[in-house]
Amino acid sequence: MAAITLIEGVTRALAHEMERDERVIVLGEDVGVNGGVFRATAGLQQRFGDQRVQDTPLAEAMIAGLSVGMAAQGMRPVAEIQFEGFVYPAVDQIVNHAARLRTRTRGRLTCPMVLRVPYGGGIHAPEHHSDSPEAMFAHMPGIRVVIPSSPARAYGLLLAAIRSPDPVVFFEPKRIYRLQKQEVPDDGEALPLDVCYTLREGEDVTVVTWGAMTWETLKAADQLADDGISCEIIDVATISPLDHETILESVERTGRLCIVQEAPRSFGVASEIAAVVAEQALYSLRTPISRVTGYDTIMPLFRLETEYMPSVQRVVDGIRAALEE
Amino acid sequence: METIADFEIQYSQFLDPDGRPSDTLPDFAQDSEQLIEMYRQMTLVRIFDGKAINLQRTGKLGTYASSLGHEASHVGIGAAMRPEDCLAPSYREYGAMLWRGVKMSEILLYWGGDERGSRFEHAPHDFPFCVPIATQCLHAAGAAMAYQLRGEPRCAVSINGDGGTSEGAFYEALNVAGAKKLPVVFVVINNKWAISVPLELQTASRTLAQKAVAAGIPGLQVDGNDVIAVRHWMERALERARRGEGPALIEAITYRLSDHTTADDASRYRKKEEVEAARAIEPLLRLRRYLVEQGLWDDAREEALRAECVERVDAAVESYINTPRAPVTDMFDYLFEKLPDHLVAQREMAQHYDRGGRH
Ligand SMILES: Cc1ncc(C[n+]2csc(CCOP(=O)(O)OP(=O)(O)O)c2C)c(N)n1
Ligand SMILES: [Mg+2]
Repeated sequence: MAAITLIEGVTRALAHEMERDERVIVLGEDVGVNGGVFRATAGLQQRFGDQRVQDTPLAEAMIAGLSVGMAAQGMRPVAEIQFEGFVYPAVDQIVNHAARLRTRTRGRLTCPMVLRVPYGGGIHAPEHHSDSPEAMFAHMPGIRVVIPSSPARAYGLLLAAIRSPDPVVFFEPKRIYRLQKQEVPDDGEALPLDVCYTLREGEDVTVVTWGAMTWETLKAADQLADDGISCEIIDVATISPLDHETILESVERTGRLCIVQEAPRSFGVASEIAAVVAEQALYSLRTPISRVTGYDTIMPLFRLETEYMPSVQRVVDGIRAALEE
Repeated sequence: METIADFEIQYSQFLDPDGRPSDTLPDFAQDSEQLIEMYRQMTLVRIFDGKAINLQRTGKLGTYASSLGHEASHVGIGAAMRPEDCLAPSYREYGAMLWRGVKMSEILLYWGGDERGSRFEHAPHDFPFCVPIATQCLHAAGAAMAYQLRGEPRCAVSINGDGGTSEGAFYEALNVAGAKKLPVVFVVINNKWAISVPLELQTASRTLAQKAVAAGIPGLQVDGNDVIAVRHWMERALERARRGEGPALIEAITYRLSDHTTADDASRYRKKEEVEAARAIEPLLRLRRYLVEQGLWDDAREEALRAECVERVDAAVESYINTPRAPVTDMFDYLFEKLPDHLVAQREMAQHYDRGGRH
């Protein structure tokens, strides 16, 4: 069996679920003949036809709203937003409708839809193509926010997202779409949502991250291992609802916490994780919590983007900061 | 039952693809200087475009959106506007932007991943490049409202694509402009494709000009490969708007002869024959034929013009290539008028970690 990339994990999950469940509909801009601008839906229209894989007109509010309508009436739409920078017209539909349809109708209507959104920097893309807005969505009650960090988790988490009875915003870290190949059997096995994944066990410090930053974090941990520092690395995977237990259990053991995110520093997911630990494990902490993040600036165009995004060096320094008494 | 509303959409062309007049030419087109000026600008854009694609191919530029085939539409818009007007472009309308004073080196900086590309040193009123599709239509409406409120005889112009007409913002802009009689002209460049999505999947509407009908404003279709038609109807729409008679929508029919951007491969979704047919009616050819026919142009002039354009483009490329990366503090220094305190430390941290462009 040939190893596949993260984006092929997405394609494989879509194909598997379309084959298994005829309610699954793929829609979005350029997802049909073109197979998506990143090729995530490559071959699906040829295989499943243009009813089940629909090129839509260019309008994100429409794509999200159409998905809400379909989902409420028994379909399982999986919509693609071309880049995170274009998700904003869809926010009205996601926040005001997808997130609260179940609540508003006391469970009569539900919204099992997935919005797939490639996100993040590092691919030398044009303007508005490199942001990390996961916290905005995580802040909104009623939606799940899921981010894979490997081909296997892309496959397993996307299957879970499509099967989820509630709406999921599935952010795909485009920087690592093709970085790594893994053997991923097409066995239809979903991975659990709402739990963190421990990528590496360790004793000295807990490092929490997600998406593409898992790569810089693993490299930083390798460097620190040479100095005898043992990092426990946790991939959050489901940003919201956040799995407190895995993080707290780890921090209680290591007594130290560093959080790594590509998104801006303030009011983000790292802030939430820090707050949870401060509330529930303050007395386990032997040192102050450390955060390694993007800056509170507009994501710069690509000549400066690598200065914006946390580098391995910044992660190393951030973890060291968490080790200082 | 009775008909209480109906509509017609007019189409206008002055030069046919062979460069033969198909209608009585407007006044400005009697002035050979003006025609030649537009031809020169169209040629410059075409040469610039080819150069930009080469830069991308050789790793010296990021993703680039070509304007190949759109030169008449873009130049016609630019030529019809007054300096004090305001343009809200999308991302590939270089012919209009250059006419407005944007520098070629700025366009290269932008696609080279440098914010200074939107500095527009010589186009003080214009909005920057706009990637989030159709959002700029509302900015043009807002700019027009500012002029209206202050009683200034100025107009705003927005440019978006056929795909952009599907966005809510496009309709919202047309509608508010109609309701408030704003001095704005909306141009839709119908190049038949929105990345891989052909017009017939975008809308069941027979024309895009008729989208004006629901907003209660005039809508007109012009041959977007005929610079005379584009400029003439833009001028008429702008005069009307300047007189306080309200907005208009102009649909310019052209064709995207290139891939969507250098990151796209159009051979995946459209036929070579279609592109070849469109190439045969492209805009430079027809204006040149007309100029030659009128005795205003010949091979020697063409050659001299090309040499001059190549020189100008090379100078712009030179200036672009020699622009050092911006300091890392640039991320912070244009965020607010004054940097908030909590960002001072972040700014220092960015300086500390600055790898000077190495990674
Ligand atoms: C709101 C938004 N959605 C999606 C995109 C991605 N995108 C960039 S260009 C484009 C197609 C635009 O087509 P059209 O409006 O016809 O303009 P053209 O590129 O043909 O000039 C798309 C979908 C975007 N930039 N903004
Ligand atoms: Mg188009």
